[in-house]
Amino acid sequence: MSSKRPFDEMRAPDGEIRPHYREYCEWLDGKPTDFLPQKQREADALYTRLGITFAVYGDESGTERSIPFDIIPRIIRPNAWKIISDGACQRVRALNAFLKDIYHGQEILKAGIIPAAQVTGNPAFRPEMQGIQVPGDVYIHIAGVDIVKTDAGEFHVLEDNLRTPSGVSYMLENRKMMMRLFPQLFGRMPVAPIDHYTDVLLDNLRAVAPEHVSQPTVVVMTPGAYNSAYFEHAFLAQQMGIELVEGQDLFVSNNYVYMRTTAGPQRVDVIYRRIDDDFLDPLAFRPDSELGVPGIFQAYRVGNVTLANAIGTGVADDKSTYLYVPQMIEFYLGEKPIISNVPTYRLSQAEDLAYTLAHLPELVVKEVQGSGGYGMLVGPTSTKEQIAEFRKRIEANPANYIAQPTLALSTCPTFRDSDIVPRHVDLRPYVLSGRGVTLVPGALTRVALREGSLVVNSSQGGGTKDTWVLEDLQC
Amino acid sequence: MLSRHANNLYWMSRQIERAENTARLLDITYQMSLLPYRVTDVSQSWAEPWALPLVINGLASNYYAKNPGPLTSEKVLRFMVTDSTNPSSICSLIHAARENGRSMRGVMTSEMYEDLNSIWLELRGRSETALNHGGINELFEWIKTQSHQFRGVTFGTMLRDEAYQFIRLGTFMERADNTVRLLDVKYHTLLPSAAEVGGAVDYYQWSALLRSVSALSSYRRIYRDVITPKRVAELLILRNDLPRSLHACMNEIYEILRELCKRDSMEPERLAGELHAQLHYGRVEQIMETGLHEYLMEFLERLHLLNDELNRHFLAPVYDSPDALPAISRQSA
Repeated sequence: MSSKRPFDEMRAPDGEIRPHYREYCEWLDGKPTDFLPQKQREADALYTRLGITFAVYGDESGTERSIPFDIIPRIIRPNAWKIISDGACQRVRALNAFLKDIYHGQEILKAGIIPAAQVTGNPAFRPEMQGIQVPGDVYIHIAGVDIVKTDAGEFHVLEDNLRTPSGVSYMLENRKMMMRLFPQLFGRMPVAPIDHYTDVLLDNLRAVAPEHVSQPTVVVMTPGAYNSAYFEHAFLAQQMGIELVEGQDLFVSNNYVYMRTTAGPQRVDVIYRRIDDDFLDPLAFRPDSELGVPGIFQAYRVGNVTLANAIGTGVADDKSTYLYVPQMIEFYLGEKPIISNVPTYRLSQAEDLAYTLAHLPELVVKEVQGSGGYGMLVGPTSTKEQIAEFRKRIEANPANYIAQPTLALSTCPTFRDSDIVPRHVDLRPYVLSGRGVTLVPGALTRVALREGSLVVNSSQGGGTKDTWVLEDLQC
Repeated sequence: MLSRHANNLYWMSRQIERAENTARLLDITYQMSLLPYRVTDVSQSWAEPWALPLVINGLASNYYAKNPGPLTSEKVLRFMVTDSTNPSSICSLIHAARENGRSMRGVMTSEMYEDLNSIWLELRGRSETALNHGGINELFEWIKTQSHQFRGVTFGTMLRDEAYQFIRLGTFMERADNTVRLLDVKYHTLLPSAAEVGGAVDYYQWSALLRSVSALSSYRRIYRDVITPKRVAELLILRNDLPRSLHACMNEIYEILRELCKRDSMEPERLAGELHAQLHYGRVEQIMETGLHEYLMEFLERLHLLNDELNRHFLAPVYDSPDALPAISRQSA
């Protein structure tokens, strides 16, 4: 980690409470000492009772557990939110333009801005998508952009999640929980509401229905109850008041998609699918997939059903494509990036590789295709043995990795063992496209609960917090 | 709604209802076992109170395969309450109901799922405590209350849509099935000789049976007289004002199916209507003439037939070829 102290979002270096946290701290000061422990117990009990859980792969003890929830909100000032919001939307507009381009004219490759092999040779590139028109030219209906703060007003995008980003249910449930636990606070502070997220989502999904469908039937598609994010799939379907389907509920007839209902087969027009490309259609992709629907890709090709997100978006959120997003923003939008990337070393380049191998203890190394905090090395918090082991993996296949300096992620006050302590956080706002590109004023804040840890993934000991965007504040 | 969802909800409510019925039966068995009555004749050992729950649920051979040696209350209770290898134990049933419900969160109200989930979370701990440290009555009371509460939450919060109808359908199909089995076992198995009729054993058994379906006080209010098999049969089969009678169950099932089959008259509605008419216009004398056992077995068979038709039309339809597709509808509303 850099020697500089991480940015504390609540306290200025002189110990002074920052203006946007003042109201909260004043309110908390008047509370008895057992107030927070009591509320934390209440929250934990509620989450278990509500069954808000995620499954952990490889955990033998049980198939699900509650995600740790921290009862201290993360508070974001209006002007900081504007940077985040504008920056995330700008990024998604550029990435969407990139997808349209590479599946049609490939202008960005012709212009030599991104090496063609980088795109067309990428395993997540879907040649089947070339030339297919998607409604409204929208590929990325739902995007999760992971953003970190490193200093006052300084943000970086850590990665883009453009396939089936998850976690939005925690954003919404965390807010409900906070309103249940601390109703008085919402009277005192101008917290921007977020619970219209699912209305906006449904509106966007309806906007991308196939042509000539006036009353589209929209469904959420899940791999099933044993998927780690199943809770979220069910939650979203319920909030939108639409069906939650599995592959077995759908079938294709004459290139139209139907679901099996108690009133016979019913046409489906838009599918918000939370199942990977590979598993969607055993006829088009992995033949061994039992989760998919035979023939659905053909129905999609001829425009009889809309899939959200589109097939083949993975090529745009790959860590090796990430490097080029600032250039995409300039190429497609003619704008300067509002939020910058994290400086990144490409280990496929000899120079970058040499630097990385010489500086492993200071760097974060990630697999190009990895996700969920697996397959990565956080140099400063790893042992010599772990670093040596990872070095071998890098040397075996350097092109599979990128490296970044270890960022001093900002910290937020977090309740741990009856004390309030700073813990590192990141931020994932959810950008929706279909009828324009928008996001609700809120995001998922993930917090690394272990002291000093920079890994915020829920599968790796991370928790979540409610994120409060203040609507107006003189600061 | 999706057929798979209808199927999950239907079975979820059947499983909860079955767990409740099992708790009722075990509760009554436990109370009977406390009475100063012993089976002295070895040939009547099946009339041991603790054999009753096994016989009624058709689990005797499963039980003996796992529990050789003499029948004991501890072993039967463990088998019927917590044994995870017995799919009909209360814990297995609630677990299955909760798994069905878990995949149905998008369709139920959040209160319903919260309720079901907390039953599941508390059940195992409570069961272990009750089995190891006493308090088995409290456990059965608690299970009954949870089932009542879940039905209440459903009734009080859920949109009166198709999903609601399938949940209710499951409850009443299971309840009818349970009442048939209960009546049949009592009549067929527990009354071997005419000599016993009217004796103390007989009285305890009949009153226990009535209590297990919460019908003893109703019996007294209606008949104001001694308990006789004929009246019990009349009460539990033909009375439409007793909530667990076959007639009351068929009232609900027929009503629900008329609603569900609104679009076009279908086989499930016809079958349910037939069964309903038989109860509505039936006379107890006729039933006793046919033989109660024969009557009940035929009823059970037709109930199973109805269940098959529910599968075919609603819960698990199969469209073999695209040409065989019924008229394809677009979503209404």
